[in-house]
Amino acid sequence: MTRRARIALFLPALAGFAALLFWGLAGIPDFGHYRGPYGHVLDRIVTPERHVTNVVTGVVFDVRGLDTLGEEFILFAAVAGVVLLLRGGREHPANTGDTVASDTVHVVGTLMVGAAVLVGLWLVAFGFVTPGGGFQGGVAVGAGALLLYLASGFRAWRRFGDERVLDPLEGLGAGGYAVVGLAALVSGMPFLANLFAPGTTGTLESGGSSVLVNWAAALEISAATLVLYTEFLQEYVVPLGAGRAGS
Amino acid sequence: MTVLQAVALALPALGAPALVLTRDPLKMVLVSGVYGWTLLLLFVVLGAPDVALSMLVVSSVAYPLILLVAIARVRGRK
Repeated sequence: MTRRARIALFLPALAGFAALLFWGLAGIPDFGHYRGPYGHVLDRIVTPERHVTNVVTGVVFDVRGLDTLGEEFILFAAVAGVVLLLRGGREHPANTGDTVASDTVHVVGTLMVGAAVLVGLWLVAFGFVTPGGGFQGGVAVGAGALLLYLASGFRAWRRFGDERVLDPLEGLGAGGYAVVGLAALVSGMPFLANLFAPGTTGTLESGGSSVLVNWAAALEISAATLVLYTEFLQEYVVPLGAGRAGS
Repeated sequence: MTVLQAVALALPALGAPALVLTRDPLKMVLVSGVYGWTLLLLFVVLGAPDVALSMLVVSSVAYPLILLVAIARVRGRK
């Protein structure tokens, strides 16, 4: 396609898109003026009914838990797609040629792995009290563990980034979420209805059975990100080692 | 709208063109990380710390890693 033809196609599309965008923007509420009833209802019911002080997590894992189940399976399917494309057919050279040269980075970085993972677990556990929750904590646990690769190299990482451990954990997280939902059905309640007493407001014992859903999501997200990192890091490290072995 | 909110809105508005105008893929990864932080600041200022926490990890660790590995792999093939 010539440059002129591209521009001739682009300009009407741009004009149409801009018109739609500005039409839409002209109709939105003023800054800070929320119109919908949904948020006001949630503000009023989540803390009194579920004893959860972080309304966002209460919405994500309790009031709209079904949406989050869908989101979780989107991630599950996406990671399964990555695994289907990237896993297998790779040889593992003994020398990956991917070592950490600085002792300081090695020692300090490795010591920080535990602290970083702990921050992630803390975000998961206190998700119903302060900002955080299964998603945020899950990605933080994954990133904290990734620090091990940055500080100690691929061989140290590989022991933890092992698909024989991570795949079952990811499945357990994704399936566990659905099982908590099904447990409500078995008890004669709607799918994912909260099963337990809401507990004491502002403590770890708040949120009822959505706490289980939260931890299942955290397990799924952290294992999914670790699987993703492992597959991608192998894409990077294996050719590196193969090149070295050949030279 | 407070001054802080105005600044937090202006930073991503400046960051997005900066990201689009970056041509080198490696620099693009860095700029995209910084652009993620401007969005993160916006989320915090507008009272959405839950979203900001996810954004922090995704924009500064997960996404750059995937991009860097992809770039390394493509360059290795040449």
